[in-house]
Amino acid sequence: MPKVKLPKPPVPDALVPRPKRPGTAEKAGPRDVAKETGISAIDWVDERTGMSGAARWLMFRKVPKGTNWFYTLGSATMFAFLSQAVTGVFLAMYYIPDPAGGAYESVRYLTNEVFLGEFVRGMHKWGASVMVILVMLHMARTFFFGAYKYPRELNWIIGVVLLVLTFVMGFTGYLLPFDQKAYWATVVGVNINGTAPIIGPYLNDFIRAGPDFTSTTLARFYSIHMLLVPGALAALIGAHLWLVAKQGTTAPPWMKADKKGDVGEERA
Amino acid sequence: MADRRRQQKPKLTEDQGMPGAFEGETVTRRRAVTSSAHIFGGIAAAAFTLPALGFAMGPVFEKAEVGWEQVGAAGSFPMDTYLPKVITVSDGVGEIGRTTVYMRARNPQLDTEPEDEFNQFVALSHRCMHLGCPIRYVDASSRFICPCHGGVYGFRGEVTGGPPVRPLDRFYTRVRAGQVEVGPRYSVNSEFQRYSPRDPAQPLDGIGPYLYPSRPTIRKFPNT
Repeated sequence: MPKVKLPKPPVPDALVPRPKRPGTAEKAGPRDVAKETGISAIDWVDERTGMSGAARWLMFRKVPKGTNWFYTLGSATMFAFLSQAVTGVFLAMYYIPDPAGGAYESVRYLTNEVFLGEFVRGMHKWGASVMVILVMLHMARTFFFGAYKYPRELNWIIGVVLLVLTFVMGFTGYLLPFDQKAYWATVVGVNINGTAPIIGPYLNDFIRAGPDFTSTTLARFYSIHMLLVPGALAALIGAHLWLVAKQGTTAPPWMKADKKGDVGEERA
Repeated sequence: MADRRRQQKPKLTEDQGMPGAFEGETVTRRRAVTSSAHIFGGIAAAAFTLPALGFAMGPVFEKAEVGWEQVGAAGSFPMDTYLPKVITVSDGVGEIGRTTVYMRARNPQLDTEPEDEFNQFVALSHRCMHLGCPIRYVDASSRFICPCHGGVYGFRGEVTGGPPVRPLDRFYTRVRAGQVEVGPRYSVNSEFQRYSPRDPAQPLDGIGPYLYPSRPTIRKFPNT
């Protein structure tokens, strides 16, 4: 048996809300203003910079079918770099590049005495290895997926420079704790560097600031490690990302083109 | 073709019919302003880049002082074994500015290189000539052993095994008032000929000295 639906009782005229007079907007309450704060702040910036278009261009891109977890290795590397940058900035607050004992003592102090010092230094130290591993995996992914081919050769070249700079970071950072291992490993590394014909001896004198390991060598390594190379790395990562966004990512090599002559979503 | 060549633009801007051209003017004002902006920009950039580079490279061209350090009385050094001594090669850096030298008196039966006033006492550097690790003298076998990659040197510092590319570096020595003094370092090739000091891993036989040129600021002593 169907339910009987009774009509609602009529509302008295006095209680019916009057329709707005045309041309008068509803006044926004404080609650509505609060709800819109974020949007209006972004609007304010966007009106003056026009950045939302660029942000949309960067973030909301079409990716090819078959995109998989291997495609995250690049951003994983970038986050490893960001982690190194952040922990490095805070390590620099305690570190003293003094070869006559101060460097070793400052590292000992920040590791053993400073609150969370061992953790932050550990993140920086292990993060360095993680970053090198991720860079290599990312490079292997690019190579095996053929993602270095036209028109992405320039991005491969930038990537190789980034790889070398990552190694330079590893080499210069290794000296900074200034214990026995750091010192002798750097002696060996500099001497390997010196085997380059003709330029090797001059390059060695440049990075050591003289024919021997002197008082300014450590400061030089420190400056290269925390100012010169990170700046270059950040700039090149920017260029690397810009090219990725501009050119798009590649489909994995095992993906076949659609057979039915289906042009896909774009033209539909 | 010949026609077109004849129709080149006139040299003077005045003749090109430019409004407001000066008499005898050959470069347009737009071009003059653009190129002078480039030139001044270049000068401004060079004004801070070149000094900064020179500042960073400075130590490379600094002439090293020749210092002599006393290590002991002339009679205190044996002829058939080595005595380790510690000297300072770089001031103001504490322990890392110091280095070990293995010292002995010249032994005419073994040391065949020409004798002069700087090798009456033999002072061997303790840096391995493979990659610069610190070697150690083992008395029982009369050999120097490197802990890193297995370099082995004989009694005179000649390579007898492993990867080192040349004999151990040496220091000039001299005797002043009965005291042995150790001076600057020099390198030797496998015939014990003297070369100005090189870094480890740089061979000095064959074309080695040309592949790894010496520093213009640090030379071996002339005629030695």
